[in-house]
Amino acid sequence: MIWRFGLFDSTFEPLLSTHWALLVALGLPLMLGMLAALFPPKRAWPVVLASVPVLASGLMLLSAYDQAGLLRWHWDIAGVQLSLRLNGLSVLLLLMTQVIGVAAAIYTPGYLRLSETGPLARWLWPLMGVVLSALSLIWLATDLLTLYAGLELMGLAAVGMLMLSGKVAALVAGMRYLLLALMGSLTYLLGVALILGHWGRLDLQGLAEVVEPGPVAWFAAALIGAGLALKAALFPLHAWLTPVHENAWTPVSALHAALVIKASLFILLQLWSILLPDTFYAPRVIAWLGMLAIVWGGLLAWRTDSLKTLVASSTVGQLGYLMVAFPLLLGPDIAPLPRALAWEGFWLQLMGHAFAKAAMFMAAGNLILATGESTLKGLAGTSRRLPLSLLVFGIASITLMGLPPSSGFTAKWMLLQAMVISQQWWAVAALLTGTLLTAAYIFRMFRYCFDETAPRHRYQPLAPGMDLIALTLALIAFALGLLAHFPLELMHGGSP
Amino acid sequence: MNAAWLPLTALATSLLVVVIIFALPEDARRLRTTINLAAAMVKIILVTLMVRRVAAGHEDIFSFQVIGGVDFVLRSDALGVMFAGLSSLLWLCTTIYAIGYLEGSANRKRFFGFFSLCVASTIGIALADNLFTFLIFYEMLTLSTYPLVVHNGTQQALDAGRVYLRYTLSAGVVLLLGTVLLYSLTGDQSFSSEEGLGDYLNDHRGLLTLIFALLVGGLAVKTAMVPLHGWLPRAMVAPAPVSALLHAVAVVKAGAFGILRVVYDLFGIELSVELGVITALAVAASFTIIYGSLRAIAQEELKPRLAFSTVSQVSYVILGIGLFGPFGTVGALAHLLHQGLMKVTLFFCAGNYAEELGIHRIDEMDGAGKRMPLTSIAFTIGAFGMIGLPPVAGFITKWYLGVGAIQAEMYWVVAVLVASSTLNAMYFLPIVHRLWFRSGPAHGKGSWPKEQRLGRFETHSWLLLPMVFTALVSLGAGLFAGLPFSPLDWAARVANGEYLP
Repeated sequence: MIWRFGLFDSTFEPLLSTHWALLVALGLPLMLGMLAALFPPKRAWPVVLASVPVLASGLMLLSAYDQAGLLRWHWDIAGVQLSLRLNGLSVLLLLMTQVIGVAAAIYTPGYLRLSETGPLARWLWPLMGVVLSALSLIWLATDLLTLYAGLELMGLAAVGMLMLSGKVAALVAGMRYLLLALMGSLTYLLGVALILGHWGRLDLQGLAEVVEPGPVAWFAAALIGAGLALKAALFPLHAWLTPVHENAWTPVSALHAALVIKASLFILLQLWSILLPDTFYAPRVIAWLGMLAIVWGGLLAWRTDSLKTLVASSTVGQLGYLMVAFPLLLGPDIAPLPRALAWEGFWLQLMGHAFAKAAMFMAAGNLILATGESTLKGLAGTSRRLPLSLLVFGIASITLMGLPPSSGFTAKWMLLQAMVISQQWWAVAALLTGTLLTAAYIFRMFRYCFDETAPRHRYQPLAPGMDLIALTLALIAFALGLLAHFPLELMHGGSP
Repeated sequence: MNAAWLPLTALATSLLVVVIIFALPEDARRLRTTINLAAAMVKIILVTLMVRRVAAGHEDIFSFQVIGGVDFVLRSDALGVMFAGLSSLLWLCTTIYAIGYLEGSANRKRFFGFFSLCVASTIGIALADNLFTFLIFYEMLTLSTYPLVVHNGTQQALDAGRVYLRYTLSAGVVLLLGTVLLYSLTGDQSFSSEEGLGDYLNDHRGLLTLIFALLVGGLAVKTAMVPLHGWLPRAMVAPAPVSALLHAVAVVKAGAFGILRVVYDLFGIELSVELGVITALAVAASFTIIYGSLRAIAQEELKPRLAFSTVSQVSYVILGIGLFGPFGTVGALAHLLHQGLMKVTLFFCAGNYAEELGIHRIDEMDGAGKRMPLTSIAFTIGAFGMIGLPPVAGFITKWYLGVGAIQAEMYWVVAVLVASSTLNAMYFLPIVHRLWFRSGPAHGKGSWPKEQRLGRFETHSWLLLPMVFTALVSLGAGLFAGLPFSPLDWAARVANGEYLP
């Protein structure tokens, strides 16, 4: 299992240009964020220009991986080993982060201009930079210390971003999130301390060699798992998620739901595949909770009257899809075929959801901004007046519903096939129920939009491009369905 | 020589039109109309090319890998181009009709965008070469018809849309489960493979039956087989061109076509017989035929009566499969086309009566033949075809089904056919009688519910022309059934391919 995370030695040394690309990918978002705090961009085009080198660095790393396979970096700083690796999965996740990050950044100037955001708005930029840099670090890091640093940086910056709107409700929700995030970090840190004390190693590759199943591994895994599950808003630790998104700015919500919570999940799976490679019960507990998550998240989204709550609750349910795949990834006696299918389906689902959810938050933000209403009822008649925003929402929701030919469908197909082969019928039922529940809340929202008998509102025109950015993200999520072969092939490569 | 571009371009013309229509502004009416009609023409030309190539023995394939072990494949085979031909022909007709019908109303960009997407999905369904590809377009069809069903945005339309989604999305889930089970058992199965699934019979009999039930059960919802037909009459609130498309080629036919694919090309007829599922299918179809007809008689409005008539008529296709003989198959395949042509004519007529005279109820139709002779003649042709009177196309179908039933020694099917024809006559002939032999507002007795004078002729010419055309084609398909490339001839060609490998 751990070879899939690229935890083995590389054949080739990175080239000099690859070093630079790595530096740019990790550092540039941070630098640009600082710069933007000093000179906040009022238009989208400076942001577009600034994002070119960021994306270029991601593409350079992609081509470096393509040519050389797995790449590793080691540093020995004051007796502490720091290490990074670049495998197919981390390249994919890095590119995903960069694309969504850039899209959120390009979206931001128009959004800030149109909504009354107050004086704190300029601080959004450096926080966004920190989040993106920290995320890039998390995808690459292979030792517990760097992972912790990335996680903590990302978490604190995310709390900051979510509280920026300055509304009382936002501050309350943000403080709660901060407390929970700190608690999560603390639990995680306890687990790490346990590992360090017992095995004396922090690098994942070395750890994988010495870890043996036993109470210490289980306890450490439980601590780390609980901490990260809290941060990833895995059911039943999801209650903080909705209030936070309810009051946050749109680009912040997009980044948070698409990327930040996924990072915790990524670390969770990575560490568990080292600590609990053959445990029977732990992944099954996660899967059972995932089934509940699918149902509960779907019901929450179905019953709500607020558009943002709908989008946020849907995240809870969608994470459930990933959770039910755990027994196919971790545990004893999994046949190679279902495991490979589940592995690819897992990441495809994660990526598709990230793009689609970011697009959906932007589309929802556009709808709310244009109508001035944040309830579903307030959307009446929007199908005539805001067709593009609604179309984006629709395309994104096709991915979330998992209908063909979106990436959600292809991912669900692979997961279903893996579950059928390994005869996990409960999981199959959960996935199919999730599809119907998602359709129920999505079309409940559309029902309001298609209402032609509603009174007419005054609509605020949107900034140019706000819909197009969201459309691009939604289309990426959509296209990943039929073109899934290309990203998945990246993940195939590099087995030792 | 493989012309991979041919199936791809045939699909892409419709998809491209969707993108263009959505990109154009709402009031670019002329440009939209031009592009839409031009694309429909191009599509007909492309499908004609495909038909010629298939007739010459070339089956063009376009494919690429989606994930390991699952490919996206488009292939033009005889059965597929048959459906594609119907779809492209009716796209042109319904588009012309819709342009006339929606003149001056709101949201036309959305309407024509999704209308084209709907047609693109049917082309995809027609050309799909494996179940995965089929499923993609089948679900695309579900999604693209929803905005059409709720187009009017009234409470009633929104409710109908909700019912429609409940049925079709649940069915989609069932179908997905069946498909995944099949792929887990057998891997990617091309519709063109000669082997069928016979190899798996000995070890996996129960599983195969389950898969068959899931697949056909999922498809039967769109086919509107009783008791899964509840969405169809409610979806009648959609505008007339949508109803026409839904009933003639898009949704209902997509389901029936799917069942044809599953039985003939996926399981293979021998295996289906061996599993014993075919007889069950025939019984279900017979029940649907009788039940639909009985419900149709009870309807007092024109469109719901036509809707229940569809419930009944589409199951002839399924019944034809159930006869498992060449004649039954020919009847089923020919009816796929014939019913589409006749039903689209009837819906065009219903739309014309509603638009021009405000007629929705059957008892308002007295003497309409004098006021709208062309529409009424077309309606009469369609109605006679549905009853199965020669020389309209419907007669051919019933003839072949009857012969097939006798050959298969399933005499109860003959009884069903006779009963159904009688019932058809019972709900269509009174309308025809009212149209021509009763005196009404046209004879100075009372007045039409809401009369408008839409055009120089009896109604708007964009509404009139497609209707006259489809009525003539329905008549022609019956009269010239013996000529090459007639629906019957092509159906016989497909059936030959299935039975004489």
